[in-house]
Amino acid sequence: MIPRELKESLAQHIASIDHPRELVVDVMFAVQDHYGYLSDEAVEEVAELLDMSPLEVEQLATFYTFIYREPVGKYVIHVCDSVICWMEGHESLLDHLSGKLGINLGETTPDGMFSLLPVCCIGYCDRAPAILINKKVYGPLTIEKLDDILEKLRAEGLTPSI
Amino acid sequence: MSKLELRERFASIQRESERRNEEKNKESIPTIFIVMSTCGLASGATETKQAFEEALSEKSIKARIVPVGCLGHCYAEPLVIIDHPTAGFPPICYYQINADRARILVRSYLEGGDPVLKYVLGAMEENDLIPAVMDFPRFSLEQRLVMEHCGHIDPNDIYQYVAKGGYSGLVKALEAEPEEVIDLVEKSGLRGRGGAGFPTGRKWRIARATEIDDKFVICNGDEGDPGAYMDRTILESNPHQLLEGLAICAYAVGANRSIAYVRAEYPLAVKALQKAIKSAEELSLLGPSILGTSFNFEVSVFQGSGAFVCGEETALIQSIEGKRGMPQHRPPFPVEKGLWGRPTVVNNVKTLSSVPSIILRGPEWFRTIGTEHSPGTAIFSVVGNVKHPGLVEIAMGTSLRTLIFDVCGGIPKKKEFKAVQIGGPSGGCLPSSFLDTPIDFDSLTQAGAMMGSGGMVVMDEDSCMVDVSRYFLDFTQKESCGKCTFCRIGTNHLLNILDRITKGEGREKDLELLETLSKDIKDGSLCGLGKTAPNPVLTSLKYFREEYEAHINEKRCPALKCRTLIAYYIDLEKCARGCEVCVGCCPVDAIFTTKGRKKAIDQELCVKCGECRSVCPPEYDAVFKVSPPELAPIIERPPEEKKESKKSAV
Repeated sequence: MIPRELKESLAQHIASIDHPRELVVDVMFAVQDHYGYLSDEAVEEVAELLDMSPLEVEQLATFYTFIYREPVGKYVIHVCDSVICWMEGHESLLDHLSGKLGINLGETTPDGMFSLLPVCCIGYCDRAPAILINKKVYGPLTIEKLDDILEKLRAEGLTPSI
Repeated sequence: MSKLELRERFASIQRESERRNEEKNKESIPTIFIVMSTCGLASGATETKQAFEEALSEKSIKARIVPVGCLGHCYAEPLVIIDHPTAGFPPICYYQINADRARILVRSYLEGGDPVLKYVLGAMEENDLIPAVMDFPRFSLEQRLVMEHCGHIDPNDIYQYVAKGGYSGLVKALEAEPEEVIDLVEKSGLRGRGGAGFPTGRKWRIARATEIDDKFVICNGDEGDPGAYMDRTILESNPHQLLEGLAICAYAVGANRSIAYVRAEYPLAVKALQKAIKSAEELSLLGPSILGTSFNFEVSVFQGSGAFVCGEETALIQSIEGKRGMPQHRPPFPVEKGLWGRPTVVNNVKTLSSVPSIILRGPEWFRTIGTEHSPGTAIFSVVGNVKHPGLVEIAMGTSLRTLIFDVCGGIPKKKEFKAVQIGGPSGGCLPSSFLDTPIDFDSLTQAGAMMGSGGMVVMDEDSCMVDVSRYFLDFTQKESCGKCTFCRIGTNHLLNILDRITKGEGREKDLELLETLSKDIKDGSLCGLGKTAPNPVLTSLKYFREEYEAHINEKRCPALKCRTLIAYYIDLEKCARGCEVCVGCCPVDAIFTTKGRKKAIDQELCVKCGECRSVCPPEYDAVFKVSPPELAPIIERPPEEKKESKKSAV
């Protein structure tokens, strides 16, 4: 269950506008932020808030790249597969990433630290090859830079947050 | 409410802006402008800013630090402009200023008065001491209307935009009748910058003419074309210009509500826009009864969440309505029946950002820029194999050659130009014979490409056009929403055929098949995505047919790109005795020592990663790439060598 305050603030926002369905993406994001991903329970909660059927929410949740229907790692890595990144060596970067993390695209490391997902052009072509980690952009990347970033994040991720 | 009152209310905002400006100038301390848009941040602008702050406080130097938006010179980030009024120099633009260089600048320039010439890109004003940036081709050939203030103002400070004449266009529009505003836009000849080039004024007039009161204006900022990031930069660097354009549009067509659809991939742009909306509302430049007039206008931001097809206007509307972003049949066009069934004007970020200056300076002025049928400027993100990638705004009609070679410095590493891909996955690849084509809506379409939203990918001689087409089909195939059969299945088939060709398994009839299938996909798809998906294949087939034929008939990749069709070998004449560099870098132990302690490649093991070629010291330059692979001389690996290499691997 999402916390009462969150539910109330969302409900209030929804009540204040003419076309509540316009908020569905925002609501999905808010609920996803709470759970870390959009669980089955979350889908139902979103549906209830917006007076939609869970199936309608499901349709949307599976349509958008940034809504996760499965649990994701602490760090979600979106690898840009756009043309510039591709010209600048995105394939070998991706090979390296999957090798290093031991997962394929669409998977999460067993320790729950990293998820690896593809994304269509993120518009950082001047920094190609580029990736997003938790929506922050990194680039232009080399294999060494990538290793540094992963190591730093892993160390950060292991420190318990206060 | 009289015009006088409207003007008076705006004048008080202008006075406040002037007052703030004067206050700053009263103290003649240096100002440090740091480019803090995404490109700047990604290259370390945060660290640069921190270094400046630390160094200034260590030396107790008083200076102002102002974060500004993007100047478009992505190759030179982090960019810093220092205005040091007492040093006797004009404001100077510095390139690639990392934390160390920031400290040096504080020590040498701010403290010592030496402008550190080796980090200077150019002076921001004409002077006798330092070459001015205006004299560089990059600056002199550019003509900035939409990006005029990008990089010169703090996007988070509305008063800085007002000081540059911002929101005066809106005031002028509010003084006029809505029809007069539409007349101005129509006369200017402004065409939609999202790619299709529909006359903006005509779109507005249709929306105005509908009798329904409840209308919407949507700003399309769902920029998804691979290789394009102009909208992101405008949103990050000068969101107020867009808001002003939006408000003018809404006033003209009679809408009271607008939605700015921005990609969630652009968090900084979303934040900048939200902040700008808030500060404009505080000054009554947006919101209920703007500047005391009867015009109410509310803007909200909608975050697209990663779906390329949502950039198509009907899909975008579906997405806002909380449905899957799937394109709908047109007609009815959104301008007649759009969001929630109401007349809706959908305009691109660049189109709307062009509007304020048209209103302010008049349509005749706008028409002096660009060509007769495509007046104004075009903004491109020129990326790929060019020396100075970045954002460029040029007058329409400028040739591709000028843009690629003069403005962006041409092809790096002494390579040859091969093709330029314009218009994203919907556009086409043009060869060098088209370099003198003027950039405008009609000429590009005629050439087989399209204006698109402004992504321009430059490719050098090492790019294989079959592989590039394969890449684009892979893209559209993934991004197809699946509604139309031809787009969903057809693009997949195209991809399979291209895949086959790049692997050397092409068949004789493949080219014909590509052409007929492409035609079917174009005919059988509803929206722009499917209708244009085969364009990369068709244009490359038209201009680079011999490359396709080489792949199919000779199993040869002329650009030496397709892995299955190439082989690496080491020239024994050139290889240096005893040099082991390539041996260490090979990930599969395919390199062995042959007679005379020279190296050779075991073709059976080689995975063609090319590492050996990139590490071979330039004085030997002994590793070669050939296609077809049979051309590589075969050197037998001695049996004991095989064992040994395994041992050393363990």
